[in-house]
Amino acid sequence: MVVNQADKPKEYWRWTEYNWFDPSRDWRKAKIISGGVDVGSVSTQAVIMLDGELYAYSNMRTGSDSPDSAIKAMKWAMENTGMKMEDLTYTVGTGYGRVNVPFANKTVTEIACHARGANYMYGSTVRTVLDMGGQDCKAIRCDEKGKVVSFLMNDKCAAGTGRGMEVFANLLAVSIEEVGEMSLQVEKEPPPVSSTCVVFAKTEATGLLRAGWPKERVLAAYCSAMAHRVVSLLERNGVERDFAITGGIAKNIGVVSRIEKELNLKALKPRYDTQIAGALGAALFAKALVEKGKG
Amino acid sequence: MITAGVDVGNKYTKVVVMKDGQVLSKYMVLSGFDQQQAAEEAYTRALAEAGVAREEVRCVLATGAGKGAVTFANDTITEVGADAKGAVFLFPSGRTIIDVGAEEGRAIKCDEKGRIVDFAINEKCAAGAGSFTEAMARALEVPLEEMGPLALQSSKVIPMNAQCAVFAESEVVSLIHSRVTKEDISKAVHDAIASRIISMARRVGVEKDLVMTGGVGRNVGFVKALGEGLEMAVLVPGEPEYVSALGAALAAAERAAG
Repeated sequence: MVVNQADKPKEYWRWTEYNWFDPSRDWRKAKIISGGVDVGSVSTQAVIMLDGELYAYSNMRTGSDSPDSAIKAMKWAMENTGMKMEDLTYTVGTGYGRVNVPFANKTVTEIACHARGANYMYGSTVRTVLDMGGQDCKAIRCDEKGKVVSFLMNDKCAAGTGRGMEVFANLLAVSIEEVGEMSLQVEKEPPPVSSTCVVFAKTEATGLLRAGWPKERVLAAYCSAMAHRVVSLLERNGVERDFAITGGIAKNIGVVSRIEKELNLKALKPRYDTQIAGALGAALFAKALVEKGKG
Repeated sequence: MITAGVDVGNKYTKVVVMKDGQVLSKYMVLSGFDQQQAAEEAYTRALAEAGVAREEVRCVLATGAGKGAVTFANDTITEVGADAKGAVFLFPSGRTIIDVGAEEGRAIKCDEKGRIVDFAINEKCAAGAGSFTEAMARALEVPLEEMGPLALQSSKVIPMNAQCAVFAESEVVSLIHSRVTKEDISKAVHDAIASRIISMARRVGVEKDLVMTGGVGRNVGFVKALGEGLEMAVLVPGEPEYVSALGAALAAAERAAG
């Protein structure tokens, strides 16, 4: 039977997977080639650093098999570089599925890795990191070296996580990558929907759509609910300048701008893919571990 | 004396019309988007079924999440108040009432007159309400009404890691992929939601007899999980979803009698 492509449900939650490497550098000249793999519940990233400088990375969706996802991500990061798995000097695994990185020499918690990665990505002035991941959300305070001072985490509830946003992208049939921009196309900010439960927020949103609200307005109501939710987590842990957001939702301007507004504090502008913070931190730990071993 | 109780829930609106302690009629409609309209429709239908004219009704009390939308009500009564009154009317020995609706779960401790001693409510999270089972039924591709009977066919204990309904949906999908049967998954779902309701009930303190009300009372899988978890018999009325509306109608009679 031939299935008509148009009949297949569109996967609005799906975001672009990609890999990158710096062709101007030669990895064969590097002393330490450190790897970091962050196996999250929704996405997996692999990072390769040459003597502590970012060289290559990949960002993809986690498959049903974690070890397989970890290997795939690392091989994809190496694509077109000529590098092989055995060329990695040392690799650290992190994230929810960190125990499932078969080629990792060691594992480090994702909290430590995110703080360390944010320190590299945003500079040593970062004191507060908000990591908005696929199935959890973390408020982290760190010092000038990227060491964790304190943290709070929500991994029990989808409100304030990427999964929650995926549910809304599907509900409204808007690509997850367009949700943020679209939510800003409202004249006046609507009251937020439930900030405590995605299921209830979805029911509310369905009612609002039926009442004739345009998608933009419903998305605005959800983005502000999500912002409100994570701001309360941030405030309980304490917020100190400078402030940076990592993870997938950091790419959603609708949520980011509303967090900034509620906190009355601007987040630092990202210079790298915000989703690689954990893997980047892991690669930095890998390099430090090699140096410690040698020293 | 004729009175009525209107319970505007998150999912369904229920009306009970009573005369001198006897139920004359009941009616239920989907709350939908316009709760005011839903209340009006359910009330009109219930009155028609009872053969009662509007002006014959001495007092109408509204309850439920949308009680403010009942423009024709004389007053409102809290959901826990209506719950306890209705439950103790049906089961005079009831001292603990567990009410699980579509988007709310409540545990109420009351005295022999149905007066509230203590209570706890979850209205913030779908994991402790009927919506949870609904979401899992979708993931399992099983009609909601079949979830309970399916669970009864399993005696396996499979703990669910996810608390959140959104995360649990993914967990159910991975359980299906690892070839766990629908019966076992359905039981795991009911065990999970029952354990959350039980921990809420324990905060209030659970005393005999235990009465279960609300639409989820129709779910045999949940009732079994609740009874096993609390090691207690669970009394369930024939139409558990009407208990709050019944309680509101009873309270309306007390108020009208002054």
